[in-house]
Amino acid sequence: MKRYVLRRLLALIPVLLGITFLSFALMRLAGSDAITEMYSGVGAAVSQETLDAARAKLGLDRPFLVQYLSWLGGMMTGDMGVSFVSGRDVSDTFLSKLSATLLLAALSVLLTVAVSLPLGVLSAVANQKARTARDAGLRFGCSLLDFVVRLGSFIGNSTPNFFVALLLMHFLAIRLGWLPVISSGVTLAGAVMPTLTLAIAMSAKYLRQVRAAVLDELSKDYVTGAKARGVADGVILTKSVLRSSLMTIVTLLALSVGSLLGGTAIVETIFMWDGVGKLAVDAIMMRDYPLIQAYVVWMAIIYVSVNLVADILYLVLDPRVKLGMGGETK
Amino acid sequence: MTAEPTVREAIVHKSSGKTRLYIFGAAAILLIVGALFSESLCPYDPYLQNLDAALQQPSAAHIFGTDRFGRDMLSRVIAGSRASIFSTFLLVAIITAVGTAVGVFCGWARGRADDLLMRGSDLCLAFPGLVFALAVAGVLGGGLHNAVLALAAISWPKYARIARSQTLAVRETAYLKAAMLAGCSTTQLIVKHILPNIAGPILVTAMLDIGTMMMELAGLSFLGLGAKPPTAEWGSMMSETRGLLQTVPWAVFAPGVAIFVAVMAFNLLGDAVRDWMDPKMRN
Repeated sequence: MKRYVLRRLLALIPVLLGITFLSFALMRLAGSDAITEMYSGVGAAVSQETLDAARAKLGLDRPFLVQYLSWLGGMMTGDMGVSFVSGRDVSDTFLSKLSATLLLAALSVLLTVAVSLPLGVLSAVANQKARTARDAGLRFGCSLLDFVVRLGSFIGNSTPNFFVALLLMHFLAIRLGWLPVISSGVTLAGAVMPTLTLAIAMSAKYLRQVRAAVLDELSKDYVTGAKARGVADGVILTKSVLRSSLMTIVTLLALSVGSLLGGTAIVETIFMWDGVGKLAVDAIMMRDYPLIQAYVVWMAIIYVSVNLVADILYLVLDPRVKLGMGGETK
Repeated sequence: MTAEPTVREAIVHKSSGKTRLYIFGAAAILLIVGALFSESLCPYDPYLQNLDAALQQPSAAHIFGTDRFGRDMLSRVIAGSRASIFSTFLLVAIITAVGTAVGVFCGWARGRADDLLMRGSDLCLAFPGLVFALAVAGVLGGGLHNAVLALAAISWPKYARIARSQTLAVRETAYLKAAMLAGCSTTQLIVKHILPNIAGPILVTAMLDIGTMMMELAGLSFLGLGAKPPTAEWGSMMSETRGLLQTVPWAVFAPGVAIFVAVMAFNLLGDAVRDWMDPKMRN
């Protein structure tokens, strides 16, 4: 176990190097640097000498790789430069908003799991029952249930999250007046609609995957065997089927955190939720490259870490995964 | 155990895979043809401002009402179909072509080039969803074409992976070895023997991706990183009319419904194509 975790951590190093390199290169590709941005606000033409001198002072005249390494070195110590716009320290600005986004993400994940896990399992079991139950009425009821759940998930999958957000805003906030239209600061009432928006998009996808995973497990021979031996359906479901499909379920959840993190940018912007997503969108509008850089790097690091934790959880949940061959588990 | 058909199967599958393919294919073609001739379908000029008719609620004259410049929302939604649908097609075409080319190359060449390219694609997959696309679009500075490029930059690895694994599998088959022995050139082997055999899964993935890509593109436009106003594009239209949510909600919802309908149509078509090409992949 320890060795496996250690190896996974080591394997993370090239990935992190790649992530930081790509983000750094991207911002350099933008063709504009801190100095150009700084003087573009002045209005008057600035001589090339002034620009060069200012660049030399910040070390922007050095070769690309040297710049990257010094930036990387700075990042290790938490120094990600200063914002072009506000002049404030990027790490400070970013970290001060991160908790709001993480809160939103955590609430959405909780809601997603709470909704789609039971519904997904229910839908899978209903699908199974719809094929095998003796009573025609029960068969029809089960298949109808499965159909409705799938339809809901399909509709959720075809609706862009900003549309969901605006619909929620229209009905919950404007028509019914239950919630504030935009949140003033990080409050629970303000978190309801952003969380719902993110959870609806995530659940629609996740529900499908849980259903498929459970259905897959239900069709295995050992389930038929257990049934033939007279083991109660509920016992098979909780003791064997759920436990076996749990791995897939955990992995898929970790993977869907990716679209969740990307989705926060749009949702936070709509609901004026003061998190890193909105910060990033604002930074993009202002061409505040150090801030965008910090956003991209940190989101990637969070995503990679979540997936690492999921892989390690894999081991805890399933002793069948042999440690020696666990390196490629995805 | 006797397998009884479920309600879904009774409605959907029993009408045979082909029927669904025709129905949703027709729906998709209708959308595409509509987008092609969108200009002549618009009841009003989608760009004509008429401040006397601004902010109207839906009526017989303006089914979806008008926006703050008095532009007819129905006309704008119809006109917006062109930018939304064709830029999505362009995006899917790019990622399919690039991903397949890289994947086939990796699967065929193997060795160090393969390692390098695959590590590169792994890296793209390490960035969560829209995050990297946001940054790329931001750096490129908005515009629909740049949004397409930004999404293409993060979306091709999925196709490269599929193409690579398929190529590796096809490489080992007897018919390919026979073709090799028969003296086929590398180009012939790839174009005539590998590509046709790996096209199925790639095509299905591409079809299923159209809906997702359409939503992501609209999302970038919504954030102001895609189509720029006054261009009629569904995502940017919603962001333009967002402030009207309290007064004329239909001006906001109309483009949203349009995205929903289009995405739904292409998702259903994607499902139908998948079921038709590979019945084993059902469920």
